[in-house]
Amino acid sequence: MRKRLFIILPVVVVVVLVVTIIALGGGGSSIRIIGSNTVTPLSAVWAEEFMETHPEVSIAVSGPGSGVGIAALINGTTDICQASRKIKQSEIDQAEANGVEPYEIQVATDALSVVVHPSNPVSELTIAQLSAIYTGDITNWNEVGGNDVEIVAIARDTNSGTHVFFKEQVVQMKGLPTEDESLEYGGDVLMLPSTEEGVNQVASNPNSIFYPGLGYVTEEVKPLAIKQTADSIGVLPSVQTALDGTYPIARPLLFYTDGEPTGVTKDFIDYCLSSEGQEKVIEVGYVPLE
Amino acid sequence: MLGKTSPTTAEPGEALRRRWRLGEKLIEGWIFLAGILTIAVLLGIIALLLKEGLPAFWYTSPWEFLFGTKWYPVSEPPTFGITSFFVATLWVTLVATAISVPIGVACAAYLAEVAPAKVRETVKPIIEILAGIPSVVMGFIGLMLLSPLVQSAFNLNTGLCGLTAGIMLSLMSLPIIISVSEDALRAVPDDFREASYALGATKWETIRHVCIPGALSGITAAVMLGVGRAIGETMTVLMVAGGALAVPVSPTDPMMPMTAAIASGIGNAVRGGLQYQALFAIGLILFVITLAVNLIADRVLERQKRKFAR
Repeated sequence: MRKRLFIILPVVVVVVLVVTIIALGGGGSSIRIIGSNTVTPLSAVWAEEFMETHPEVSIAVSGPGSGVGIAALINGTTDICQASRKIKQSEIDQAEANGVEPYEIQVATDALSVVVHPSNPVSELTIAQLSAIYTGDITNWNEVGGNDVEIVAIARDTNSGTHVFFKEQVVQMKGLPTEDESLEYGGDVLMLPSTEEGVNQVASNPNSIFYPGLGYVTEEVKPLAIKQTADSIGVLPSVQTALDGTYPIARPLLFYTDGEPTGVTKDFIDYCLSSEGQEKVIEVGYVPLE
Repeated sequence: MLGKTSPTTAEPGEALRRRWRLGEKLIEGWIFLAGILTIAVLLGIIALLLKEGLPAFWYTSPWEFLFGTKWYPVSEPPTFGITSFFVATLWVTLVATAISVPIGVACAAYLAEVAPAKVRETVKPIIEILAGIPSVVMGFIGLMLLSPLVQSAFNLNTGLCGLTAGIMLSLMSLPIIISVSEDALRAVPDDFREASYALGATKWETIRHVCIPGALSGITAAVMLGVGRAIGETMTVLMVAGGALAVPVSPTDPMMPMTAAIASGIGNAVRGGLQYQALFAIGLILFVITLAVNLIADRVLERQKRKFAR
């Protein structure tokens, strides 16, 4: 009898598991949000607040990177894709081939900050200098007015929308006379899997430089003033400078859905765009729409 | 009375035996299914790797893919060259093996041959618990504790490098190497040791010339398992190896091993897209490497066995 138990037991366990999963999946409604690591702290706060007033809704937020979110949207495995870069034409084509219609909603703005260790004497950089640092043309801080130490340039990995946004806007200097689309990140740039890890590295390594979203800037790192060109005035990243358009590397934070949002997803996005939701944007450290 | 009762007792016995036979059949079937399933899953994985990975070589020639040094999957047009990932995997595995094998085998020899039973009985379970630490925790420890140490000890620009990853990986393969080697050493018959002592050999000479050679096949298997763990480990190297795209010339450079390259790109890849295929092609190459490691290990074991048979 005991021997037969060994055969029956696994079967029972599997049946119970399957039944539980079906039962859990059936009750209430759920929203899946996948995408940008930059948007994650904001979506997480919105999700928490929304679930408090709508206890029947469960929202799962995960932030492996904008590219992951867009791929999930195309593959139909998410309800909302959060992104810190615009969707590419090639991605729209892929989505349409899969019968998905990406619908774009801007939910906040971010001033992409460039941070260094507080002990670093450098306080401002031009876009061209940043580009040279990240392509590997400038390798020592003394070339931009700092100490005689090697620069440790830290970037996000290719999953990240910030990786792509920074490459286009800063490394390739989009919109500047020196724009060059053939420029790429240099081989010595560290590609890290999350924004937190990059900020922690800068906080512990006096030679490093990294680009987190404004919401990730802590007391332990020093944001740099960014100059569009050598002649312009350096602007520090903040809510004000992003709103008045003087900060050169501000960007929209976006939600993408498959077609216009409906049902609970629409309720959630409406909440995010409401004045209540936009107040949370400031609390998290990003820039509200108005 | 006796004549009457015997048929009644024989009948349940017969039924019991029949039921037993049914149970046996069921268990046999269950085991057969499990065996077939393993093979089917393995063949399925190989088929999937080939189906998804091979098309990458129509876009990039195998030569360019293997020996190209540029990996820009999100650029237009994308470039796929994996030399730097390959070299990074080699460095990380080399560091991990160089550290874990001498320490692991020595520790196993101590536990099996020298340590009193009490020490062995407390130490071995502790080492086996070490094997159960999740790799993300090891990555975190590497990030917070080890990388600043490595940075200051070697006077580097950053502590996120192949060396840090290799040290963390060696900690992860140590428990496997120790545990399997210790079992192999303990399997060497006591007759061998006694014969060695009878010839006047010291304890060290016995361990060095009798026990370790005697257990070499098991120790080789242990080392291969450890190497396999180091090659395939993903989370830890993703977190602490630094993830630079240049071909690393020294283990103290930041680097991105093949597993980390797959992990940091797969989420972003659209099913069936070029990057997706290229990542599967890396997976295919990784699979070929581990297969080669296992085949070589098999050969070594075989040769070792033949030597002992003589």
